[in-house]
Amino acid sequence: MEKIKCKNCTKDIENEIFILNLWVCPYCNYHHYINARDRLQITVDSNSFIELGKNINSDDFLKFYDVKSYSVRLKETKLKTSLNEAVIIGEAKIDGNDVALGIMDFGFMGGSMGSVVGEKIKILSNYCIEKNIPLVIFCASGGARMQEGVISLMQMAKTVSSVNRVKENKIPYITIITNPTSGGVSASFATIADIIIAEPDALFCFAGPRVVKQTIKKNLPPDFGTSERNLKNGQVDMIVNRSDLKNTLTNLLKLFKE
Amino acid sequence: MDLKKLEEIPKSYLKEILGSLSKLEKLKKIPFFTGIHFKDAERDLSRKIESYKKVERDAKRVWKIVELSRDENRPQCLDYINGIFEDFVKLSGDRLTGEDRSIAAGLGKINGKTVAVMGHNKGKDIKQRLEYNFGMSIPQGYRKSQRIMRLADRFGFPIVTLIDTPGAYPALEAEDDGQASAIAKSILLMFEVKVPIIAILIGEGGSGGALALAVGNEVAMLENSTYSVISPEGCAAILWKNPSGTKLAARELRLTSRDMLRLKIIDRIIPEPIGGAQNAPGRMVKIVKKYIIGALERFAGISGEELKSRRAKKFESMGFFGTE
Repeated sequence: MEKIKCKNCTKDIENEIFILNLWVCPYCNYHHYINARDRLQITVDSNSFIELGKNINSDDFLKFYDVKSYSVRLKETKLKTSLNEAVIIGEAKIDGNDVALGIMDFGFMGGSMGSVVGEKIKILSNYCIEKNIPLVIFCASGGARMQEGVISLMQMAKTVSSVNRVKENKIPYITIITNPTSGGVSASFATIADIIIAEPDALFCFAGPRVVKQTIKKNLPPDFGTSERNLKNGQVDMIVNRSDLKNTLTNLLKLFKE
Repeated sequence: MDLKKLEEIPKSYLKEILGSLSKLEKLKKIPFFTGIHFKDAERDLSRKIESYKKVERDAKRVWKIVELSRDENRPQCLDYINGIFEDFVKLSGDRLTGEDRSIAAGLGKINGKTVAVMGHNKGKDIKQRLEYNFGMSIPQGYRKSQRIMRLADRFGFPIVTLIDTPGAYPALEAEDDGQASAIAKSILLMFEVKVPIIAILIGEGGSGGALALAVGNEVAMLENSTYSVISPEGCAAILWKNPSGTKLAARELRLTSRDMLRLKIIDRIIPEPIGGAQNAPGRMVKIVKKYIIGALERFAGISGEELKSRRAKKFESMGFFGTE
């Protein structure tokens, strides 16, 4: 039997139990990374997902080269994740309720937001306005994608403008903050939702702990950026266990329906 | 091979070149091979060295602009405010929890018309720098600018922003106070107001902290200002994992005003006096004043709804990707 080690309590967990428990440690409730496809599976009604914007691909328009070229990085990460970008979008049903759904994947270049993530959020926003269905986005991102230079910074403005139109159309907009959500994504579409739900153990901040520590030259409190600290500071509405998320979303969607 | 040449290429490319070089030397030692056999390899190698030398020269040129954008003798936000706007009244506080001095804001007149003006101010000596926190803002600063933008919107005053920040202040208190949502709300508000927004990058345009004031109907950059998603230092630390990559990062990030115009991120470049704004601050202020008057005239008579929808269209069309 294959086993994995919990990142938090270091106990061994049988792979099968781990997956049945939705990638959450059965001993300490630590919420581990879950990829976008698995997240989709555990969130929506079976066979209800219709993917949108599949044909949009990143382009190395700056010919960005650090120690590797951006185009090579993209190829490698596409192979590794079998995703074409850091977010998948589409229409789905959650317990019978229609939603326009976006799911980010931290495994795809740190969930970083470049032109494609920006464009997909825009497509999703337009779609939910057209269909008049709620917008739900699972966030997971290290921030803007440096390899697209300032164009990635502009995706913050682009996504905010897109979801602003959703809000103006009086369509409910819910985000779920998963580990980690920081930088350009936390300072744009993630934090202007009507309802912000955080998963336990999610790092949620603008500047990451390393940068903050460097700046203030002091040790950070151990709960820096955690969901629990963000709840205390009034930055999120609630913390919801992964196993309860579907129920919570369903409940909220029903409340907005009246 | 003239090894002197290797001093002129970026350090991070050196390993690759040395690898090819030693392969070539090994080939040369095989008696059977003559000049013909490694002529192509030699030519490729020297081409590569030439192109890497160009990368290094480019990086140095871009770095000069980064230094100019940070020059402490460059006119700053308050110089422009004092030199351009008549009857300026400074406004303070976010009416929630505090006052952030890194953002200066208020109302003033230009060409007989009242405008709201706000921008990051870095300070000129160490005392001022500490007072203004080096132009790095905290949530209170963004919320103050939001308050004044809303005020401007109600009274129909155009908004002029002057951007000059290394980025938002990465501190524990700022995080606890909701730095991310403060920046997001500033961006959001700039898509809601129905007055013209003129955004001018006057020095450093650092990341989200800059964008929080930069969602303009017209966005202009001073010739030697920069605009970037991350500082070259920060980018080098993450991608090169080494500060030696800083100048290269500056080149790769394409952060100059010319790059921005080419990428259609900004609408105009405002020329600086020869050698840079720091050489003739008074003249620079006059040039910016003339630009603002012109920009306000370009938007006069356009309806609020139209201004708002043009801003949304403009920013929502930004991005480069393939479709297939």
